[in-house]
Amino acid sequence: MAAIISIQNLVKDFRLGEVPLRVLKGISFEIERGEFVAIMGPSGSGKSTLMNILGCLDIPTSGSYTLDGISVGQLESDELADIRSRKIGFVFQQFNLLARTSAVENVELPLLYTDTPAAERRERAQRALLAVGLAGREEHQPGQLSGGQQQRVAIARALVNDPGIILADEPTGALDSRMGLEIMAIFQQLNRVKGITLVVVTHDAEIASYARRTLHFKDGRLQKDERVEYPRNAAADLQAGGSDDGGSAFDTAQARKDPPLREVAHARSAS
Amino acid sequence: MKKLLTSARIALRALRVNRTRSALTMLGIIIGVAAVIAMVGVGAGATERIQAQIQSIGSNLIIVLPGSISSNGVRLGSGGVATLTTDDAKAIADECPSVAVTAPTVRGGAQVVYGSNNWATVVQGVTPDYMTLRDYTMMSGQFFTTQDVDASAKLAVLGETVTQNLFGDSDPTGQVVIIKNVPFIVSGVLTPKGQSPTGQDQDDVILLPISTATQKVLGVNKANAKAVGSVMVQATSPEAIDQAIQEMEALLRERHRILPGLEDDFSIRNLTEVFAAQESSAQVMAVLLGAIASVSLIVGGIGIMNIMLVSVTERTREIGLRLAVGAKRRDILSQFLVEAVTLSLAGGIIGILVGVTTSFSISYFAQWSTDIGVMAVAVSFLFSALVGVFFGYYPARTAAFLNPIEALRYE
Repeated sequence: MAAIISIQNLVKDFRLGEVPLRVLKGISFEIERGEFVAIMGPSGSGKSTLMNILGCLDIPTSGSYTLDGISVGQLESDELADIRSRKIGFVFQQFNLLARTSAVENVELPLLYTDTPAAERRERAQRALLAVGLAGREEHQPGQLSGGQQQRVAIARALVNDPGIILADEPTGALDSRMGLEIMAIFQQLNRVKGITLVVVTHDAEIASYARRTLHFKDGRLQKDERVEYPRNAAADLQAGGSDDGGSAFDTAQARKDPPLREVAHARSAS
Repeated sequence: MKKLLTSARIALRALRVNRTRSALTMLGIIIGVAAVIAMVGVGAGATERIQAQIQSIGSNLIIVLPGSISSNGVRLGSGGVATLTTDDAKAIADECPSVAVTAPTVRGGAQVVYGSNNWATVVQGVTPDYMTLRDYTMMSGQFFTTQDVDASAKLAVLGETVTQNLFGDSDPTGQVVIIKNVPFIVSGVLTPKGQSPTGQDQDDVILLPISTATQKVLGVNKANAKAVGSVMVQATSPEAIDQAIQEMEALLRERHRILPGLEDDFSIRNLTEVFAAQESSAQVMAVLLGAIASVSLIVGGIGIMNIMLVSVTERTREIGLRLAVGAKRRDILSQFLVEAVTLSLAGGIIGILVGVTTSFSISYFAQWSTDIGVMAVAVSFLFSALVGVFFGYYPARTAAFLNPIEALRYE
């Protein structure tokens, strides 16, 4: 498979007064299409800066970054916006949903900046909400949804443009562990079923253990590139975790086979 | 275009979400536009009233009066000598190309009697051209004709005030009134003109054929049987007034055989000029009122800018998010610009309604005449849109050039 992300000797400096501060000190790696990668590292390791560059929100000082065959190197802000619109979905720690705006309208947001007709926008937004198990909550506003549900609306928003890659910056950081697990289950399912490439930044090793590959950063350098053959299954862990409060264990295979229905059921029962 | 529609939709949604704030922001523009329309309306009403008064005298009017004459160093006052004649009036009409119509008039006071009623009024001897010249129309009956003038017919045309005092509400046409012991048949009643710009009642008058008036009522001037009190002259157009004055001056000096270097024995007054001063003072007033009101419109615009800046700061994260999910800088720019323009235009429309209502209330309750010009409405509507663009641009630009990374992290 071709690499969707290819980074060669990436350097990023920030100018703070006279002396430039080198945040990324020459990083090289590739991410293949369909991978599920966690990026770990302590604060100040440069992982957020790397995420911003991967997300085409920022440009590197030197080195090359090729996203899906396009050299992002030194593009203009409008061209970067276009790439973000077509190829990348973002999930943030703080959800960043528009307040007092319904879930379906929140999900539609990225489509407003494309030439999608209104009817198609609505249909795709509803489909994306269905995919994250929030069918029937289209008209709920963020204030009427739980944290986990809000993050799922945010994931639907990231999905709605059919991006090849989703970048998630501490997606579970503002959630309790069970809700975090739900989010990871959705991510695993999107990765497995739709083949979407996922890059998740986290400082939580527990969360990273659901990814098939983990990149460890420290002090602006890639320290370790770890791969696991069989990562943990979030859907299964969710069921197993459920047994703590008396729920029965659930067949992992079945959870894998039919997760959307299960998500819908969960969403209904949570309301 | 489609992009703009999308921006408009996003902007409207944002305005709906913050209803109270949107309404309060609009209030500034509403008051501004309403003030402009009401004030300009009051000013235009005042100007129009003066114009109507000037119009009631007749348009492009010049008046020629017999002048002073000095004999052996003693100067007689204006009109002191009967130097102006009906022949002069005829010559002016015939020989001055810039003159349309002339009307010689004689004037005097008389007691008018009908049955047991009597009334002291102004009697004017005129020709039928006087009616054209003063823009008179008949409320009932008819004006006398040139033949009547030639035949010294005993016909009288009454003004409204005279009619009211002698006849009450009944129609006087065909009745006989006695003026200085001479019976006259009333041939018609003039349509009322109201006050002149100098405050005189223009309807307190009786018009007689000039021949009859001099011979039977006012008396023939002993020095000159053809002498008239004044000659009213109408120029062919407002621009021709100055030319007409020059032509008349030359003609009359020639006819009166005045040697170069000696003073005129007549005087020519441009009536339009006299009242133009009044009109321009009313216009200055109108402009001042409009200017003061415009200030409030600008203050309203600053209010929009203020709120838009607050809104941009408050929605920094939202802007960052929009940029992250693919909005271009111009999308953000047009979104905030459309928000500002929508606020100002909606405020403008409501302001126009409020302003028109206020204008009507002023004319109804204060009895001031107001005039809502289509221009004032159109200009304030356009101006309110401009206010939106002008005061919305800076906040919109601020929003569009936010750094998406910092905006997303903004607390």
